[in-house]
Amino acid sequence: MAVTNPDPAAQPGTPMTAGMAVTTAVRRRRTDSARPVWMEEPSLPLKVLKAVTLAFIVLVMTFPLVYVIAVSFSSAKDVLGGGLVLFPANPTLDAYRAIFEGGVVTRALRVSVGLTLLGTLAQMVATTTLAYGLSKPGVPGARIVLFLVLGAFLFTPGMIPSFLLVRELGMLDTYPSLIVPGLIGAFNLIVLRNFFMNIPQELLDAARVDGANDVQIFFRIVLPLSKAVLAVVALFYGVGIWNAFFNAVLYIYDTSKWPIQLVLRQYVLQGSSLSSATQLDPTQPPPPPQTIQMAIVVVATVPILLVYPFLQKYFTKGVLSGAIKG
Amino acid sequence: MATIQQVRSLDTFPQANKITLRGKILRDRWMYLFILPGLLYFLIFNYLPLAGNIVAFQEYSPYLGFRESPWVGLRNFERLFTDPDFERALINTIQIEILQLVFSFPAPLLLALLLNSLISERVKRSVQSIVYLPHFLSWVIIIALWQQVFGGNGFMNQILRNQGMDTFNIMANPDIFKPLVVVQAIWKDVGWGTIIFLAALTKIDTQLYEAAVIDGAGGWRRLRDVTLPGIRSIIVLLLILRLGSMFSVGFEQYFLQQQAVGAEAAEVLDTFVYSRGIQGGDWGFGTAVGLVRSLVGLMLIVSANWLARRAGEEGIF
Repeated sequence: MAVTNPDPAAQPGTPMTAGMAVTTAVRRRRTDSARPVWMEEPSLPLKVLKAVTLAFIVLVMTFPLVYVIAVSFSSAKDVLGGGLVLFPANPTLDAYRAIFEGGVVTRALRVSVGLTLLGTLAQMVATTTLAYGLSKPGVPGARIVLFLVLGAFLFTPGMIPSFLLVRELGMLDTYPSLIVPGLIGAFNLIVLRNFFMNIPQELLDAARVDGANDVQIFFRIVLPLSKAVLAVVALFYGVGIWNAFFNAVLYIYDTSKWPIQLVLRQYVLQGSSLSSATQLDPTQPPPPPQTIQMAIVVVATVPILLVYPFLQKYFTKGVLSGAIKG
Repeated sequence: MATIQQVRSLDTFPQANKITLRGKILRDRWMYLFILPGLLYFLIFNYLPLAGNIVAFQEYSPYLGFRESPWVGLRNFERLFTDPDFERALINTIQIEILQLVFSFPAPLLLALLLNSLISERVKRSVQSIVYLPHFLSWVIIIALWQQVFGGNGFMNQILRNQGMDTFNIMANPDIFKPLVVVQAIWKDVGWGTIIFLAALTKIDTQLYEAAVIDGAGGWRRLRDVTLPGIRSIIVLLLILRLGSMFSVGFEQYFLQQQAVGAEAAEVLDTFVYSRGIQGGDWGFGTAVGLVRSLVGLMLIVSANWLARRAGEEGIF
């Protein structure tokens, strides 16, 4: 849809070969972390200003997480002393023990893990099949379907009509209501379709000459060649389901079916009493509520932190820009 | 792209030129199997609900359903002009959107320029991997984190208390709610927003910078006359997309904080549709609000696109 090419008018017609040689030379030097020849050394105040700005940004971005993690490991003494907990003096796992020993949080985590795994699988199956179906050139009628998919970017259904549909289908208060209404993300679909279309046609033709039909080509050639992009799209889907909050507010009334994000809101943002959320050993003094709350925040964040390095490796290069170009 | 591949596959199978439509459909019969489930999904869950907007012309009641509910013509739309709660939600939305446009739209651009000016790839990568992270956290987690730092019993107030100073709860103050949500939105997505600008910045031909330096241009001059013109089309494009969602600032961020600051400050159009339509049972009016909002959004995006094309930009369609 969108086009990222810089304004063509901004690029003067230059002799190709000489120009390209210079550009690649400059690029290579830049990737080796050297200053391009034309860029002057910034003045000292400017350098300091830059460094301070960057340090400030990094601090602002990381501080809340570090603080919350620190509190979650704190003991009653650390928290109730009124002191600032950045490095708990007496680290303890009590808060985590409290939420993992059964009760609401444990159940919600189980729901969210199950939903994320099964939901991502369903979304991947639906998205890859449609993307493949739309990637073959010249299939009669496929263009109309493609326009319908692109139209979904412009015509998004409203909240109430979607709600009424889910209710009419009898899906209220069921887990499918959290997956099926958002089964295929139009953006992910376009990413995959573009990737499939860039697989060299010769490969597919060769398979066809060898007698493979479109189904075999999909499983034996297209999918194995797309492992990396499939992994990224799956990660995005998984993160989406894990983080989803609003759809559960709309569709799930039975609190025993709540995913972790709703439990998080109930006990952390609304400060509901934690006694029902945890199974505490009655002989021991309970951990301070604040540490339990923060432990819930941390366990809801950890899965994201675990997949983040993989996500980050891919989304900066290739995958997204491919989608933007198309 | 499609045409090139078409030509290529026709080369490989010259007889494909003569294939009839029937033959093509038969040849591609498996492909329809791949297309069908996804097509059904889009028809049912994206296009069928569009028809559900007829509720906007009804005094809809769940017990009566679509067929039995009385038709009221445009009465639900007339109420847009008289309902004080709607007016408040609309004003809140517009105020927040203007703040977003002024502050959170340029923020990623500034950060991208800063990152782009870094010479050391290592520093650049590390900063990037830190600023991208909050985009992947849910709003529930983000509000929880913020509450823990700025809330009544948060880190900041602990410091103030230890110093014997007055405490104040930033997270529960209706007067500063609007700037607060804008700062939160920047915190979450400023890094994510840089990706597209950084991609555009690396596409600028470095020869232009060399030529500018030879002509005696300093840093500011290069920024103004090379860098910004080089990414102008992407800025325009993002602005167009932004206009399309002008009247939807989002749901979760506001819904989650309504309890703390009250509906007076935190009711926006998205939450209004929910609280009035679904919670309040005023289905027809809620749907009318949602429908008008998406139609206005569509009109804005189409006219912004038209304007951009007239001004010689590429636009999005």
